[in-house]
Amino acid sequence: MIGIVDTGLALLILGLAVWAIVARDTFAAVVGFVAYGLLLTLIWVRLHAVDVALTEGAIGGGLAGALLIGAAARLRSTEAAARSERPGVPLRILAAVLAAGVTAALAVCVLTLPVPAPTLAHETAAHVAATGVGNPITAVLLAFRAMDTLLEAIVLLFALVGVWSLAPDRAWGGRPGPRQRADPNGTLAYVARVLPPIGIIVGAYIFWVGADYPGGKFQGATILAAMWLLVMMAGLADAPPIRKTWLRLGLVAGPLVFIAIGFAGVATAGAFLAYPEGYAKPLILVIEFALMPSLALTLGLLLVGAPQRQEER
Amino acid sequence: MNEFLLVAAAFVLAMVALGLTRVLRGPGDADRMMAPLLLGTGGIGALLLLGAATGADGVIDVALILAVLAAFAAIAFVKASEETDETGSEDNA
Amino acid sequence: MSAVANLWTILTVSAGVFFYFAGTVGLLRFPDTYTRLHALTKADNLGVGLVVLGLLPRSGSVLGGLKLLSIWLLVLLSASTVSQLIARAARRREPRA
Repeated sequence: MIGIVDTGLALLILGLAVWAIVARDTFAAVVGFVAYGLLLTLIWVRLHAVDVALTEGAIGGGLAGALLIGAAARLRSTEAAARSERPGVPLRILAAVLAAGVTAALAVCVLTLPVPAPTLAHETAAHVAATGVGNPITAVLLAFRAMDTLLEAIVLLFALVGVWSLAPDRAWGGRPGPRQRADPNGTLAYVARVLPPIGIIVGAYIFWVGADYPGGKFQGATILAAMWLLVMMAGLADAPPIRKTWLRLGLVAGPLVFIAIGFAGVATAGAFLAYPEGYAKPLILVIEFALMPSLALTLGLLLVGAPQRQEER
Repeated sequence: MNEFLLVAAAFVLAMVALGLTRVLRGPGDADRMMAPLLLGTGGIGALLLLGAATGADGVIDVALILAVLAAFAAIAFVKASEETDETGSEDNA
Repeated sequence: MSAVANLWTILTVSAGVFFYFAGTVGLLRFPDTYTRLHALTKADNLGVGLVVLGLLPRSGSVLGGLKLLSIWLLVLLSASTVSQLIARAARRREPRA
């Protein structure tokens, strides 16, 4: 029976993926893509990767959807012109053949993996207890491979700077996006007042529970960013001008704390990002507490986009 | 009992698939904006049933995230479609 | 698991699945956006609620049960408000008659 569910799920997702590619209207394609992302969450659960499922639901379903639909909305006016420039049939067939070839190569690689596949899972499981956290994913992300997590946080900052660089000169330092308005007695304002407190609690809960169960700072930060975006979409709060000091401090605080702990590790435990004996869990907690607000700020600002309005002095 | 829950999960997924064929085809954006709602309710139902049937850990948290973010995605879609046909009227939701 | 709890689960989950079915039939057969929206949000939400009720005895802890109930309440909140927003968006896009 479970095989039928899995096969049905796989077929449904493949169908959605094909539809998202084939759909002519960009809005429709983005909706299909978001549906695909939300269903992918179920597949990750079936593959026993619950942390990935949480991240997929948060980023793939929510934030990526909002990002893409914003882009699709901005491109609407040029869609007719873009459609007339579509590449001819031979080029599209070539692209399809290449894509199918890559897929086949990947499938062959996955299906011919040696059984049992080479893995570090056993060594990791043996040493998780030393880090003081119960969730092996958190242990890997914040202890064994902390360097990757640090670099990921910095890469997000670079992406944000990249987005800001798209601002017109006169608007630099100003507020991103147009001023949103919504009827203060209307439904959107109501949702934006009721949902964010609940979302904040859910985000904090997912962050806190990530120490021993699936979860963690990234998923929690994504939920917080989504709630902030909701409040901005309803016009209940305006996007902050990017010139503000508190904003920039908040963005870099997390990575700076992480780097500082890394250098402290050089002095106390002999290597960058090494944790001294017995201090692993408190240090991990400090890093997570510092990174989460920075991540939420970064993700939220990534979605509102480049500054468009000059800041009135 | 687990078999029953699995059958229920499969049925709910089939309903989601059928609903998607209608929702994604629907002429106009308003029909398509229903997709996150459909996946929010159907996906959460299927997820909870699957989790209960297979005894997976932490499935309830995934369903929590899905609930919050499906709502957010649907609102983002509505907002985006508003922006594309704003004719200057202040009569937003 | 006691027999009563199992019976409860089977009955409520079956009812929930029936509401999903009804909602999908409505979604497929109703003639326009508003009626389809209505079928989707009202019937499917009942489906979620009944499934949640059915899985409550299996949740194993008070916190788990509370989380299940909060999922249902969240879905109710989001579906009811977002359906309003979508309906207004659909109305705005109607040809100015």
